[in-house]
Amino acid sequence: MPEVLKAPLVVEFPFTRSLGPVQSAFLTGLRERVVLGVKTRDGRTLVPPVEYDPVTSEDLGELVEVASTGTVTTWAWNHEPRRGQPLDTPFAWVLVKLDGADTGLLHALDAPGPDAVRTGMRVRVRWAEERSGAITDIACFEPYDGDSAELTGSDGRFEDMVTGIVAPARLDYTYSPGRAQSGYINALSDRRAVGERCPSCRKVYVPPRGACPTCGVATSEQVEVGPRGTLTTYCIVNIKAKNLDIEVPYVYGHIALDGADLALHGRIGGIPYDQVRMGLRVEPVWTDGGRFPDHYRPTGEPDADYDTYKELV
Amino acid sequence: MSKEPVAVVGIGQTKHVAARRDVSIAGLVREAAQRALADAELTWADIDAVVIGKAPDFFEGVMMPELYLADALGAVGKPMLRVHTAGSVGGSTALVASNLVAGRVHGTVLTLAYEKQSESNAMWGLSLPIPFQQPLLAGAGGFFAPHVRAYMRRTGAPDGVGSLVAYKDRRNALKNPYAHLHEHDITLEKVQASPMLWDPIRYSETCPSSDGACAMILTDRAGAARSPRPPAWMHGGAMRSEPTLFAGKDFVSPQAGKDCAADVYRQAGIADPRREIDAVEMYVPFSWYEPMWLENLGFAAEGEGWKLTESGVTELDGDLPVNMSGGVLSTNPIGASGMIRFAEAALQVRGQAGEHQVDGARRVLGHAYGGGSQFFSMWLVGATPPTS
Repeated sequence: MPEVLKAPLVVEFPFTRSLGPVQSAFLTGLRERVVLGVKTRDGRTLVPPVEYDPVTSEDLGELVEVASTGTVTTWAWNHEPRRGQPLDTPFAWVLVKLDGADTGLLHALDAPGPDAVRTGMRVRVRWAEERSGAITDIACFEPYDGDSAELTGSDGRFEDMVTGIVAPARLDYTYSPGRAQSGYINALSDRRAVGERCPSCRKVYVPPRGACPTCGVATSEQVEVGPRGTLTTYCIVNIKAKNLDIEVPYVYGHIALDGADLALHGRIGGIPYDQVRMGLRVEPVWTDGGRFPDHYRPTGEPDADYDTYKELV
Repeated sequence: MSKEPVAVVGIGQTKHVAARRDVSIAGLVREAAQRALADAELTWADIDAVVIGKAPDFFEGVMMPELYLADALGAVGKPMLRVHTAGSVGGSTALVASNLVAGRVHGTVLTLAYEKQSESNAMWGLSLPIPFQQPLLAGAGGFFAPHVRAYMRRTGAPDGVGSLVAYKDRRNALKNPYAHLHEHDITLEKVQASPMLWDPIRYSETCPSSDGACAMILTDRAGAARSPRPPAWMHGGAMRSEPTLFAGKDFVSPQAGKDCAADVYRQAGIADPRREIDAVEMYVPFSWYEPMWLENLGFAAEGEGWKLTESGVTELDGDLPVNMSGGVLSTNPIGASGMIRFAEAALQVRGQAGEHQVDGARRVLGHAYGGGSQFFSMWLVGATPPTS
């Protein structure tokens, strides 16, 4: 069996988040070395504060300051910190009930080893040197054996409130296109288009997926298609897409390669954009080192009759 | 045992805008849900379950909305579940909620859908750099524009029909206080003069990018009897799916859409949708999809949909008004867009649509689609309870 392709795929995006009034106060407070909680109607203080009471569903908004010292209520040792975690040496994940709070705040505790950590131990906030209004303004917690820290007297109002944060998301995958598409991609390196025929409905899929989506059966019979084909429909793109180095306007079309039973997508070149038409006969144009045809150009043959491709748009 | 009749007794939306920087996502959904509760004159304690839908995760970076939003939606101690079906999700979310009532699993269900497009980038979500694959060259508009051209070729529709749809929907939006775009100086000439983005689709014939949420309260017969305002009654609802790409796929009029509509009409006892349905709120992200869906949903014979648009039948005061709210063309928080269609249908039969009310609307269809014309969900609501 030929080699199945694999490659890393990193999906990464800096999502932004509007904070709303409660998170805005909480994160601005951290920037100012103040920890804020929110008071519920039955007198509990929730830290970190939330916008809605998790028991009664009421709106919450009465912010109260709590101390930057507290007690570990439970913990787990992290032997191998990963990218983006608060500390790059082994540490304890801890839930800390800050003095004055009724709930635990999840954070990291800097400790020499698991033997130095226990439920009930006293800890305090270690503030980050540079703070911007983010949970990372608390660099971590550290062991502490003094009295409860004094409050600053904040009422939750600050100059220059933080109203939004950037929340980058990143997922690391190993991607494999699978057997059928690997075969297709490998054939493209010889500038050949190879699809697979469904044993049941006899339709030829290019690119192949290894199964027919209509019949639900595996496909394996390889069929070489093209290289010529018919432009079945298209649009003229007038706006420049990010990360694509193509001059506008250009034509983006559906191309049914001869012998294929559905169209693939590609760019049409070698003809003024306003002369492109449905039914145009085209062939691939390759560039050195290209994994795919760079574009398709007219073959000079007469246009295909509409009835021959109307099912392939 | 027959199904429990399902009634819509509460509807709430946020004012849809380009960016709601003043609220968190939790605050946004809360606002819509509280408006729906207020409309129904109910409290969180009256809700038995919550069903939520949203955009695909990569579109906005929230992977578990059911976890994050449980307290904002009063779901503590209650079942909460999430539905995924791309752009049609708002419709299918409402249908899942309706099934819980119809099956007598729950008496009263809150259903909600949302998206904050301003905090994310749907174009990025649609163009992940999958190894070995050729990048999509044209974005969402470029994906749909060739299908519009195929429709024009198949039907002989004249070039100007798309602009007529956009001009109508943007004028309808002026009557809807919740719509995102309020283009007070809109003219047909301006639509026709707007730049061609993906020829044959012009800038003014595309949807905006919006932040917004929509919520509905669905309840059983006993709940409807307590409703302070007239309920909308569900007469039929269905979902259908098909692959994005397969040999024989008809992008102009997908089979799954036809089958979905036929199922809804069968449930509702509709033999002739053009005569028996008073108005339609359908998912039209690019203007040409109005005539395409008119055919797909059986309101016009194949090739004839554009004639209804061109002759004014789909205007707000026409014989079959389409997209009274201003439609997706005027408001598009993608994750919520399907539910906004369903909610508009319900508002119409309740007589609660305000300035964009269609006089005497008794039976109205709400329609959503998503993916690469892959998922369809629809419901037909009426002013009176179903007879069977």
